[in-house]
Amino acid sequence: MARIETTSKAVLDVFRYRPDEDSEPRFERFEVPFHEDWVVLDALHYIKDHLDGTLSYRWSCRMGICGSCGMMIDGEPKLSCSVFLRDYYPRPIRVEPLANFPVVRDLVINLEDFLDKLGQVKAWLIPKEPREAADGEYKQTPGELAHYRQYSMCINCMLCYSACPVYAKHPEFVGPAAIALAQRYNLDSRDAGFDERADAIFSHEGIWECTFVGDCTRVCPKHVDPAGAIQQAKVTATNDWFWSLLVPWGKRRSRAPAHEQNGGAAAGHRDAQQDQLVSSQSK
Amino acid sequence: MAVHATHDLTREYRRTVPSTWWLKRRTYFLFMLRELTALFVGGYAAFLLVLLLLDQATFASVLKSPVSLVLHLIALPMVIYHSVTWINLTPKVLVIWRGEEQVSPTLILLVHYAAWGVISLAILGLAIWLCGGKTI
Repeated sequence: MARIETTSKAVLDVFRYRPDEDSEPRFERFEVPFHEDWVVLDALHYIKDHLDGTLSYRWSCRMGICGSCGMMIDGEPKLSCSVFLRDYYPRPIRVEPLANFPVVRDLVINLEDFLDKLGQVKAWLIPKEPREAADGEYKQTPGELAHYRQYSMCINCMLCYSACPVYAKHPEFVGPAAIALAQRYNLDSRDAGFDERADAIFSHEGIWECTFVGDCTRVCPKHVDPAGAIQQAKVTATNDWFWSLLVPWGKRRSRAPAHEQNGGAAAGHRDAQQDQLVSSQSK
Repeated sequence: MAVHATHDLTREYRRTVPSTWWLKRRTYFLFMLRELTALFVGGYAAFLLVLLLLDQATFASVLKSPVSLVLHLIALPMVIYHSVTWINLTPKVLVIWRGEEQVSPTLILLVHYAAWGVISLAILGLAIWLCGGKTI
């Protein structure tokens, strides 16, 4: 389809950081053609194709499902493929890399910490019994699906980590998406990994670090509600703790909050778990 | 081998968090306000306990003093803000399933507000009854 050419320009102030040349980042102003149907990602493509080929940023699907193009747009964590220029025009738009992560170059952040955390909470299905493909589908009722469906919508875009002031101050916090994804599997009727995830989630660095600011939920492009997931896990842990007082011989489903206040022991345990993960990856 | 970055980690740029971070976004500010108002909730509870140690005449004169009036005018909106924000968050924490259906978050909210109203009225009624219907 032929595009109607426009004479008006949208202005972007883009965060630039070149690790080989700069010691400090700077902002560079670019003018791109203004189109009603252009998103910020389109403008970045224009800059890269026509103005400065060295601009670095991550993107993939352009339709809000891959979770690659998260950036700070005027200070708010957003998917740059889902933010229209027209909502800011004619004001300049400030584009920065996702907050709370180290910057590798320009708009590219180092996301390894998040990937480590997904490993810590074992954000994958740990089946109740070994199953083969020949056993057929692992069936579930619509009701069972409803319990975790919302959390399964997470696309790992890390906007929630960028919005979280707790993660900003305490990077050891397991964080919104990883805990929501742990809950996604904990609440799955086919899963039996609750105990394996307990040390990472029901710990001081896990749910008890969260102060319920709730901004993770507000910025989530997929309406996952990580803040809700964390608070509900707190309820589970607290109920278990009281239950363990009343019935000390009963089986506890999570670690008690008081028990986990011992940060050193918990961290040590997690290191061991991490080593285990690393060694299993190296095999 | 674990997955390691292939770039030089020391050249990564790390942004710092200013101590004024909570002024940068409205939601952060409202959160800090919610946390701050907890001091007034706790403080007022302590104030009430101290009042109960006094005899009835001192109790009445302390409450009638201008300082007490000003403190009440400050504490009341703080405690109301804390209660409202607290109750508004309950549907996120309290998720109840009735079979395959989730109990409506609005219903959970309404039940909490109703309980707040009923309990407040009951305490007011109790206070009036204890005073024998006359104001102190």
